Amino acid sequence: MTLTLETTSLIAVYSAMVVYTFAFIAFTVDLARRSAAEPVAVAASVGQSAATSARTSVLEKTTTDAPTDGPARMSRAMRMAMGFTILGWVLHVVAVVLRGFAAGYAPWSNMYGFAITATALIVGVFLFVQFWQDLKFLGAYIVGFCLAFLGLATVNFYVAVAPQPPALQSAWLVIHVFVAILGTAFFALGGGLSVVQLLQSRREARGGEGMAFLATLPNAQKLENLAYRLILVGFVFWTFTLIAGAVWAERAWGRYWGWDTKEVWTFIIWTIFAGYIHARATRGWRGSRSAWLAIIGFAAVMFNFTVVNLFFKGLHAYSGL
Amino acid sequence: MSSSRPSDHIDSAAPDPSIAQPKLGPIGYLRFFWRQLTSMRTALFLLLLLAFAAIPGSLVAQRSSDPNGVIQYRVDHPDLYPILDALQVFNTYTSVWFSSIYLLLFVSLIGCIVPRSIHHYGALRSRPPKTPARLNRLAGYTAVNAETDAASAVDSARAHLNKLRYRTELYPSTTRDGKASFSVSAERGYLRETGNLVFHTALVGILVSVAIGGSFGYSGQRVVVEGQKFVNVLGDYDSFNPGRFFESDFLEPYRISLDKFDATYELENTQAIGQATDYSAYVTTTTPDGEDKTANIKVNGPLAIGGTDVFLLGNGYAPTVVIRDPEGTVVWEDSTPFLPQDAHLTSLGVLKVPDGLAEQLGLVGFFYPTAAKLPSGALTSGFPELLDPLLTLRAFTGDLGLDSGVPRSVYQLATDDMTEIAGSNADTPALELRPGQVVDLPNGLGTIELTEVKRFASFDIHRDPSQIWVLTFAILILAGLFTGLFIPRRRVWVKATDNADGSVTLEYAGLARGEDPRLEAAVADIAAAHSKQLGLKVEP
Repeated sequence: MTLTLETTSLIAVYSAMVVYTFAFIAFTVDLARRSAAEPVAVAASVGQSAATSARTSVLEKTTTDAPTDGPARMSRAMRMAMGFTILGWVLHVVAVVLRGFAAGYAPWSNMYGFAITATALIVGVFLFVQFWQDLKFLGAYIVGFCLAFLGLATVNFYVAVAPQPPALQSAWLVIHVFVAILGTAFFALGGGLSVVQLLQSRREARGGEGMAFLATLPNAQKLENLAYRLILVGFVFWTFTLIAGAVWAERAWGRYWGWDTKEVWTFIIWTIFAGYIHARATRGWRGSRSAWLAIIGFAAVMFNFTVVNLFFKGLHAYSGL
Repeated sequence: MSSSRPSDHIDSAAPDPSIAQPKLGPIGYLRFFWRQLTSMRTALFLLLLLAFAAIPGSLVAQRSSDPNGVIQYRVDHPDLYPILDALQVFNTYTSVWFSSIYLLLFVSLIGCIVPRSIHHYGALRSRPPKTPARLNRLAGYTAVNAETDAASAVDSARAHLNKLRYRTELYPSTTRDGKASFSVSAERGYLRETGNLVFHTALVGILVSVAIGGSFGYSGQRVVVEGQKFVNVLGDYDSFNPGRFFESDFLEPYRISLDKFDATYELENTQAIGQATDYSAYVTTTTPDGEDKTANIKVNGPLAIGGTDVFLLGNGYAPTVVIRDPEGTVVWEDSTPFLPQDAHLTSLGVLKVPDGLAEQLGLVGFFYPTAAKLPSGALTSGFPELLDPLLTLRAFTGDLGLDSGVPRSVYQLATDDMTEIAGSNADTPALELRPGQVVDLPNGLGTIELTEVKRFASFDIHRDPSQIWVLTFAILILAGLFTGLFIPRRRVWVKATDNADGSVTLEYAGLARGEDPRLEAAVADIAAAHSKQLGLKVEP
């Protein structure tokens, strides 16, 4: 029975990857269409002399507001992309749940289980954030990123379900890791927005020249505000992760803080994002500088979950990887 | 906007470039440096520097968490080691440079908290400020004309704002052209700054608690074999790390006997056979009042006793060996913990027999709970439980070095000055013993018997008096973060001005104090709700 659940879970993971691939293609097509399908704004902004810059900004404003007009304006490619993403995500969640039932515990105590859970949560947060703000333009980035991570983990780190080692038999495993992944998901969205913000502000500085699909996206200021609000949520989750980890470390290892490599990197990430939040309140640090901090912070999160897990010695060594 | 903020805070007024810097005296320079230290830019710089400075400690083994790694590094990189050691990289988190960064950061932090707390205390006790003369440049500005009476319109706006938990104040005034005007000035979200201050103060609190806890606490380790007991006195620890201000009377006397140690291993899942699924140390504790209690210490379930926490960190096998002289008199008998070397508990141990035999005898060897042969012919353990236990020992005679006064590890045997009498470099092969077997020692020294195999558990015993404070501050950090980041602080004004035609112009506007992405929507909601109350239709 265990084997059946486990195999079904793996099949669901592969199916989700196939569907995500379709979603990724559709998201990319949508971005390509955006580049082509906004002739008004592009024509107005490209190839005009500086004298018409006032007119240009007016035109841009109308197009920047376009994406907030609601689902009615969604392109066909985007509708397909979101449909595929939702379908892929359902399969993905099924895979995680089945893996959990096969194991008999929260299935994120090794690298493979962690990877499938983390990507499921990141896609989930991406989907649910759409109820709050239209961030569908990040779809290619989020789905592409999760697809790559999922593929790498399944090919390189797949391990059969094994019993939970005593060190991990704790409710804190569920809480600590789950919240860490939630924080990661918000940092991922914030990091993606910050990249778009940098592109957008470069384009704005050049008077509208640059990648054409950017004309259909919110302006740099709006992107920065959105990134900031998402990262704030991520930061609260990350703070909780740090504290929950310390509480668990106290239960399991007898000390709440011991500068284990994973603890060090969790601390480094916390400090970078604390810096990001302060940068927002520091004159001269808004805009591109704080965007870079958000990107560095998310890069550190990724480093923590990949390089630190795999190559650094420490107490967070995953059982059988 | 508020003088308590550092001058480069985004909410402070921008510096006027036309003002020339005055010449500074000594006190002027002190004030200048203090301002620099408490500026946002410095705090940001120190934060990022702290993140950066923490990196080396994750790349190189640390003495605190991995002392063997440091020794290994010394062997592997003999050239680099002295340089890194001089730079305190092996003690990154207690190094001078790391400490100075975080201490400067905390000084800067305190320099921010104190004036802001004083300012906030004042703000909490003061009324919302006077309504600005012109609202139309503020956020969410909405104006409506209404057939109503100015004073009562403002009264109902005030009631509405009070219901929304705004702090309100009425301000009557006259406009420049002599028209009467009433307004309500409202402010909410004082908790935002409170949370912010709580968060930052709690950070200081954590630092202080950790420092105090580290000074008055202690931690120690002790290996206990089944049937043996541990008494909480200094001499009974295998190793002991006291804090700076530790005194031996901090130790509350209690006794822990290890009655039984149970380890459960996976037997069914073919992918994970032999993987541990549970460890339980069944103990009996005795406290000074003479009361005996039984308890079960598990890996994620420490035992709280006598102001300490007792953690189960490791376990293994302790073979009980009896050594007799040629006459058959027992000269040595002990259950010696063997240290596990792999997941199947192939274990390494040392026995030292200084007295009773013709020569001092040292034995070093492996214990295999389930003996199996590797293709190479070497022995290994195939399963962590006692299915086919085997003890192999190499024997050495000569000086054990116990009388020289230099402390020796019980887990190491210095064989340089000893003669191997059984093992790969001797005429007699290594001794092999199964439970109940008696084997002759070479050279007619006597006999050795493996009588039984017990389990041992290794316990970490900690006392950290400030731990509860660290937890309290950690919870305050979360609470402060939540309120400080997500509660919007905003001012809202509703102004009613009499017009010449007898109608009243109602104006609504807001001002964000800190991040407030929903301000315009909030003002619009207030305007809509108030207009509805007055029976008006709003066209913004």
